[in-house]
Amino acid sequence: MKRLLFAAPFVLALIIGGFSLWGLSGGRDPSSIPSALISQPIPDFALDPIEGVDTPGLSTEDLKGQGLTLVNVFASWCGPCRAEHPILTRMSEQQNLRIVGLNYKDTPENAAAWLEELGNPYERIGADVTGRAGIDWGVTGVPETFIISNDGIVLHRFPGPVVGDGQRRFQEALDAAKAAQ
Amino acid sequence: MKRLVLILCLLATPLFAVEPDEVLDDPVLEERARVISADVRCVVCQNEPIDSSNAGVARDLRLIIRERLVAGDTNEEVFEYLVARYGDFVLFNPPWKPSTYALWLGPFVILALGFLAVVMALRGKRGQRTAALTPEEQARLEALRKKDDI
Repeated sequence: MKRLLFAAPFVLALIIGGFSLWGLSGGRDPSSIPSALISQPIPDFALDPIEGVDTPGLSTEDLKGQGLTLVNVFASWCGPCRAEHPILTRMSEQQNLRIVGLNYKDTPENAAAWLEELGNPYERIGADVTGRAGIDWGVTGVPETFIISNDGIVLHRFPGPVVGDGQRRFQEALDAAKAAQ
Repeated sequence: MKRLVLILCLLATPLFAVEPDEVLDDPVLEERARVISADVRCVVCQNEPIDSSNAGVARDLRLIIRERLVAGDTNEEVFEYLVARYGDFVLFNPPWKPSTYALWLGPFVILALGFLAVVMALRGKRGQRTAALTPEEQARLEALRKKDDI
């Protein structure tokens, strides 16, 4: 019994140390918010197209039975969106992926000019002028990209731009989603 | 100068992010909205309640809370609405469920362990104090006493 007590500080240090190691390693980001939507059906929403842009609007029905789809939340006022745009465009072309856009709190003129300048890879774009659809999607900031299954289930939520290491992590999630289809 | 400082002190009331155009006409509903939004975490600036956050999303959420209250939702229904979109993360007061048992019970478990440790330590001490002398020790003590004539 006495000998067991001598081991107690060592065991305690091991537990606390192990927990700290777990917390510090593995690229865990304490500020990342786990999405409440994962494995859930996509929220009910219906958005008009951007005024003056020739791409149809986006609603819940457009994300069902159309194969794996990326939903990219973007805005012309968002810098990182500009950075990820060519990467997402290339990804959708090379991997034959359907990509749709959710234009978050933007003006039609700015959004149209932005798409004119950088190209429009989106099959559909919903104009979320008020940001309400964004809240239904649990969006915390722009850009954000969701991977939606053929049945309209949210498979993955990727906050932040799909660039650099983010691109690698996004591709991993995408490959997992493709394998699951 | 002194007067200026005094005036500035009076002006330094706590700053709220709730903007005048958000405030509801019904003071009871407004009060409920304030209570709810004080307990909802802003998803952008994460250690601030939406009640005092200037982030765009926080403002949207404040407006939505007020809309739902006007539409007749209870406080619980408003919280459910937010949790459905942003998860338990938006609550400053985490719910009682299997994944949070450790969080809620942890402090009490640690307190109980500390209490146990104190009890064990005290018991050990008392045990030492009350240990009686063996007959041999008693005899030796007597012999020593006799020798020194105490």
